[in-house]
Amino acid sequence: MRRTHASITVLGLALAATTAGCSLGGGGDDEGAGKAEQVVLVTHESFALPDEVVAQFEEESGYDLVLRASGDAGALTNKLVLTKDDPTGDAAFGVDNTFASRALDEGVFDTAEAELPAGADRFALDGDGADRLVPVDNANVCINVDTTWFAEQGVEPPATLEDLTRKQYADQLVLPGAATSSPGLAFLLTTVAAFGDDWPSYWRDLVANGAKLTEGWSDAYQVDFTQGGGGGDRPIVLSYDSSPAFTIADDGTTTTAALLDTCFTQVEYAGVLAGAENPEGARELVQFLTGPEVQAALPTSMYVFPVSSEVELPAEWAEFAVQPDDPWSVDPAEISANRDAWLREWSDVTSR
Amino acid sequence: MRRALTLLGLAAVPVLVLAVFFVLPVSGMLARGFWPDGRFDPGAVLEVLTRPRVHRVLWFTIWSAGLATAVSVVLGLPAAYALHRLALPLRRTIRAALLVPFVLPTVVVGVAFRQLLGEAGPLGFLGLDGTPVAIVGALAFFNVAVVIRSVGASWESLDPRPGEAAAALGASPAQVFRTVTLPALRPSIVSAASVVFLFCATSFGVVLTLGGLRYSSVETEIYLLTTNLLDLQAAAALSIVQLVAVTALLVVAGRLRRVPDPSLARVVARPRRVRPGDAAPVVATVLLLVVVALPVVSLVVGSLRQGDRWTLDHYRALAGRGADEALLQPASDALLLSLRTAVDATWMSLVLGTLVAVVVSRRSRGRAERRLRGVLDGFFMLPLGVSAVTLGFGFLITLGRPPLELRDSALLVPVAQALVALPLVVRTLAPVLASVDERQRQAAASLGAGPLRAALTVDLPVVWRPLLAAAGFAFAVSLGEFGATSFLARDERLTLPVAIYRLIGHPGAANYGMALAASVVLAATTAVVMLAVERLRVPSLGAF
Repeated sequence: MRRTHASITVLGLALAATTAGCSLGGGGDDEGAGKAEQVVLVTHESFALPDEVVAQFEEESGYDLVLRASGDAGALTNKLVLTKDDPTGDAAFGVDNTFASRALDEGVFDTAEAELPAGADRFALDGDGADRLVPVDNANVCINVDTTWFAEQGVEPPATLEDLTRKQYADQLVLPGAATSSPGLAFLLTTVAAFGDDWPSYWRDLVANGAKLTEGWSDAYQVDFTQGGGGGDRPIVLSYDSSPAFTIADDGTTTTAALLDTCFTQVEYAGVLAGAENPEGARELVQFLTGPEVQAALPTSMYVFPVSSEVELPAEWAEFAVQPDDPWSVDPAEISANRDAWLREWSDVTSR
Repeated sequence: MRRALTLLGLAAVPVLVLAVFFVLPVSGMLARGFWPDGRFDPGAVLEVLTRPRVHRVLWFTIWSAGLATAVSVVLGLPAAYALHRLALPLRRTIRAALLVPFVLPTVVVGVAFRQLLGEAGPLGFLGLDGTPVAIVGALAFFNVAVVIRSVGASWESLDPRPGEAAAALGASPAQVFRTVTLPALRPSIVSAASVVFLFCATSFGVVLTLGGLRYSSVETEIYLLTTNLLDLQAAAALSIVQLVAVTALLVVAGRLRRVPDPSLARVVARPRRVRPGDAAPVVATVLLLVVVALPVVSLVVGSLRQGDRWTLDHYRALAGRGADEALLQPASDALLLSLRTAVDATWMSLVLGTLVAVVVSRRSRGRAERRLRGVLDGFFMLPLGVSAVTLGFGFLITLGRPPLELRDSALLVPVAQALVALPLVVRTLAPVLASVDERQRQAAASLGAGPLRAALTVDLPVVWRPLLAAAGFAFAVSLGEFGATSFLARDERLTLPVAIYRLIGHPGAANYGMALAASVVLAATTAVVMLAVERLRVPSLGAF
């Protein structure tokens, strides 16, 4: 008889758990707001803004801001392309300059009618894209070095792309792959810009010199890099120009540096989705993303530089995050035409 | 006629759920590949299969998953025996602990393994980082618990008397194992191995993180083709290959599972005292425990270190949103949401799984009926063989319009997780239900019991322990599920694994430490849940 008792107890517990608010259906849901009063922003998983800034938008515009965030910039773009006839939101943020032309060619975006802040012009797209995709932030993907490590070894750190293939830096570089991460793709484009059609042979040299590839940025920086959280043993890593602002030692100086001759600029855009249920709200949101509040919050919330030249940077950024004067660049149209072929060739060069 | 109607009636709900949440989204994605510009173009899809890269990918998937399955079974069998038949001290705790890896998110296990095996790690001298050995090892690390639990459950209720009789007739322990025990366990071993193979063949986090991008499996290739290259034709081709391979595997497994007389005598053997002859399985279990513990210990140590000192700061940080507000909600909320989601996913997969298990396990009259049950059985295993990316994108493009406007529903995540757990539930319950002698049900019916009463008095006493085991599994799968969830999760609704992934992806040592602490909490939560499940099983074992 004890068995039956026990099974009834379990059944009872399960029922109790479900009805007592442990289930998703049990808790209070936030579906109350009417549809016309909300604006839905589709974005990637790195999106973050302070609560006050979101609250300010909601107060000024009268709309509730709903976020749909998942995947990286590539997954986001492809999602937008796949759902272009039936968009999952009103506005999108996070399509970058390596994916912009795919989204524009597919007609994902409507005109945004936004006014750009001072300094943002240099990031705007040419032609048709200029009216549809509004630049919001930028960041440079650069090789970073652990300066304390090189000082301890009494070795001069590398400075250029060519240095990375020299024997004295063998087995010291770790970088995320181009096919699986957006900084990785940016670095592939750096080498395309720097070496033209010879880029595959540069990558062969890089791999032959013991460069280590990882899936994503976090794997490379946090596990393998000597200044990452996991205590790795490689002193050269692919990261961002802002990364040195996050490795400040107790004495107030940074322990890493970005190599400014190895940088590629990533620009992230926002736009109004074609077929949006609430296009007015979407336009207000896109305009707000380029406004002073969001622009000032970008460095601490998303680790990127604002496009606006009018906002002040945080103190550590002003001191330690040095931006390159003349980063490498590749024309978005050329990226669009060749990206897949480059990635396939890159995969063949780096895998065996 | 009534039997056929009952069968259809029982199967209707699960079939409908699977049709809406699996068949529709997946065929939506496949259709995009086969009809690229609105024109049917199967030639382009078939052409993909001739690419040399695709052949490499297929071959790597098959051998790495096959090897990992073999390793899991070889490591899992002695532990299943030792933990379910021997009166080892703390065996319930050990059983629960061994399940922890199974639910850790792949991204965390990847980091833990790399900290161990990486050039700077304590096992770095082995030079395994970025090799297939690391991949196979991690896959086995994840899945050995499946073998231990599902084989252990059958082993526990295996009648010891035939073995004892064989021994009395002069058979050596090895002979008893080979001629009596192994044939009786074959259905559950084959079930466990086929599930493990599918898990291994479709795992993508492990291959990407530990393979150093040098190796690609079908699953990682579909992920890249879909999220990066938007080459839906190639993705469709590989998805078709996956589906065909899964179907073939299920047919073969179904054949192997069939044993001459499935009606096992249901006696729960009392665990017996450890004898000197049991040294081998006990030592093997202890070794397994050490191997499984290593990456977990490296996680725990990492979560307690800040710079050069020991601290609990990372755990305190879990009440907040991380350095620079890396999360949009505190990590503790994410844990709460994970638990609530897991409750939903568990009851969904149990209800569906029980219905399916009942349908597929009843004795069939005639070949057509048996074939129908076989097809249904295979149908519900299919979700294991389809990429989470395909399913996630499929949800987006097919469930956006009325009457199926479900893609923003809060229940989508638990439904997806329930689908992932469903095959495990079915595979745990079906062999047990199949072993109930049909004559018992007939006897109950002839004594005047209705179908429900018969199920309660004949099936329930046999099935309720496996049912709890299945519930624990489903709960654990849901807690750790990352692939499908990360494609569906919204920012306001982060489950803990997705939150951990985001923390790891943010700069700053504090966020990294917090991610490790959150992983330890997730692992501990799972262990507690599993331990509770083990506790609930106590009365039937007469230990009180």
